[in-house]
Amino acid sequence: ELLLSPLPAGGIAATFQFRTRWDAAPGRVSHYRLFPKALGQLVAARGVRELHLALTQGFWRTRIWGQPPLQAPAGAELWVWFQDTVADVDKAWKELSNILSGIFCASLNFIDSTNSVTPTASFKPLGLANGTDHRLLRYAVLPREVVCTENLTPWKKLLPCGSKAGLAVLLKAERLFHSSYHSQAVHIRPICRDASCQAVSWELRQTLTVVFENFSGTQGKKDWSLFKMFSRTITEACPLASQSKIYVDTSVKDKELVEVTPSPTSLHEAIVQGEKRTYAVYDLLSPSLFNTSRSLNVQLKMTWPQDSCYIHYQPAQDRRRPHLLEMLIQLPANSVTKITIQFERALLKWTEYPPDPNHGFYFLPPSGALVPSVIAMKELDMEQSPLFTSL
Amino acid sequence: PGAAKPNAPWPGPQEAFLVLDQAEQFFKSSHTNNWAVLVCTSRFWFNYRHVANTLSVYRSVKRLGIPDSHIVLMLADDMACNPRNPKPATVFSHKNMELNVYGDDVEVDYRSYEVTVENFLRVLTGRIPPSTPRSKRLLSDDRSNILIYMTGHGGNGFLKFQDSEEITNVELADAFEQMWQKRRYNELLFIIDTCQGASMYERFYSPNIMALASSQVGEDSLSHQPDLGIGVHLMDRYTFYVLEFLEEIHPASQTNMNDLFQVCPKSLCVSTPGHRTDLFQRDPQNVLITDFFGSVRKVEITAETISLDPNLTAFESKPPKEELAAEPLKYAEQLPVAQIIHQKPKQKDWHPPGGFILGLWALIIMVFFKTYGIKHMKHIF
Repeated sequence: ELLLSPLPAGGIAATFQFRTRWDAAPGRVSHYRLFPKALGQLVAARGVRELHLALTQGFWRTRIWGQPPLQAPAGAELWVWFQDTVADVDKAWKELSNILSGIFCASLNFIDSTNSVTPTASFKPLGLANGTDHRLLRYAVLPREVVCTENLTPWKKLLPCGSKAGLAVLLKAERLFHSSYHSQAVHIRPICRDASCQAVSWELRQTLTVVFENFSGTQGKKDWSLFKMFSRTITEACPLASQSKIYVDTSVKDKELVEVTPSPTSLHEAIVQGEKRTYAVYDLLSPSLFNTSRSLNVQLKMTWPQDSCYIHYQPAQDRRRPHLLEMLIQLPANSVTKITIQFERALLKWTEYPPDPNHGFYFLPPSGALVPSVIAMKELDMEQSPLFTSL
Repeated sequence: PGAAKPNAPWPGPQEAFLVLDQAEQFFKSSHTNNWAVLVCTSRFWFNYRHVANTLSVYRSVKRLGIPDSHIVLMLADDMACNPRNPKPATVFSHKNMELNVYGDDVEVDYRSYEVTVENFLRVLTGRIPPSTPRSKRLLSDDRSNILIYMTGHGGNGFLKFQDSEEITNVELADAFEQMWQKRRYNELLFIIDTCQGASMYERFYSPNIMALASSQVGEDSLSHQPDLGIGVHLMDRYTFYVLEFLEEIHPASQTNMNDLFQVCPKSLCVSTPGHRTDLFQRDPQNVLITDFFGSVRKVEITAETISLDPNLTAFESKPPKEELAAEPLKYAEQLPVAQIIHQKPKQKDWHPPGGFILGLWALIIMVFFKTYGIKHMKHIF
């Protein structure tokens, strides 16, 4: 899934989430299909029950952007729940960090007892758990870890379709790292296989959040498109995917109008973080989407209703002509509108002083005309009506 | 080809020679796999060119066929995603930003603080901690041809790692000798692009090593061209011209090492590149560039046809029956406040009192008995 949310201050956050489910009993694994073998072996042979690894570059500005979709500190964060069959958790932790450093090309091998902790109350397992003995939990953060293309490459290779089809074609390093925030994560956990929850499946969830702020075009317009953000468009869904969707947050404030092209497959409403939001949904697996054009480029334009607005301003020239400002604007009801204008004072020549300069200068008052009644009147009335109609 | 058919008579002498000749052709270069160890030893943004050097060689070597699993790439600093890089996720080797050598599928095995003299020597000699992942190991054998490329800042007899330590030419020579004794290489090509680079190969004494350097002792190696948009020099001269030379090479090229020795004469490089071939058994004339920069791909083409039976039914073994849980499993509660605040704090492990405390108590008891005499001991015990 891809979720596109415009941010309050003009940027846009794109969150990708890829979920791969593997129906295998823990401990008895030999057949990997879509689940990557490198990670599957961690579960099968290394005694890992849950794994959460996040690599983040940049800093989520909560004050400007709101709550982040997925929390992650800058650098590398790794926390793991081991299975209770593991005898020496510290040794398994050290070996695991070495293995992960090879898989993800990150210096996770620097994780050791000096930067690992065993939280006692937080970081409860996010998957199925039979009791929570915190001795099986380890947590470490490497704040100095850099995230770059060599970390993205193996992450993309874990996906069933790689970066060849589906939503992952948008993940090009040159655009993703030219952003204000980039966070990619891998989560493995056991989940219920179905509603009855009597069998265990393993879920691999790969998420990537990126915030683009630097494409607002002329006049700070908040228009964007997939091509502008990622310099790619989508040509097909991943054939191995059972579900492939794009959600565009089209909730608006005030009088903004939002227009998304092409027209979405459906609309979806949800309450997210306490607010009601509407989403335009593009289902990549529905045949109607790629009917008209071979590539999908979702575009969003924001418009404001056209107010009649006219401003004419002619600046003054010393000793020649005064300022002229004419404005035709619509004022909202029950409000106060202030119009301010800045000016500079010039020095007078000594011959220009009047006899009583202690008075100061007089300003030409603005002659405004609030004219609702005149506009509403019909032309005939102007000639014949009594005085009160012209007030 | 030329193999004896099961029911045919033994091949005669004529055919035997044919077989031998073909076998010789097959094993001409006597190596069966290729490895590359590419090291950039410099940290800091103004040493951008060293990372660009290493990545350019990485690109060429990949293009000529060596896969990532056989390349150990060590970059001492991150230039691509450096905050000072005006084009993130790129490293350019030509000005005007023509060629991005960082690309989209780079795999860096040792990065940042991991690039140390110790790790480099461990990679070479194979004396690596057991939990090191495969991608960080040089798993070469006695039929491997290894290319070792190093770049950074160097001096007469040493190469600087990350501005904090050095490797000397003696250490390097000993490491190669260890590799030889452990049969970790068949032939080795060592290329170094630093100031006074020739000093690094002066001390080699193991057989089958060929070495190239960008400058002689007493000379500096110079950089090629700065890019005003990025603000630093993008590449060093010697590697730049080596790369131009390698661009002409493709996996089936027959170009030999003598041509590589001619690359970058003094007129272009300002320094005098050097090479050393006395330890190498074969004549450089007979050594192909692809023996080190490319990968061995022995392909045997057969004229036999194998027909697949289209009527084979798929055989699926039923997966073993899983035991289902008796009651439904559930997820853990994320914030069980009551349970958390009533947790007993973990008992601290008991440690025997430290030496200072013991000494203090011994002093107090001694003073007590000195003052009051031994006869009071029975009151205590």
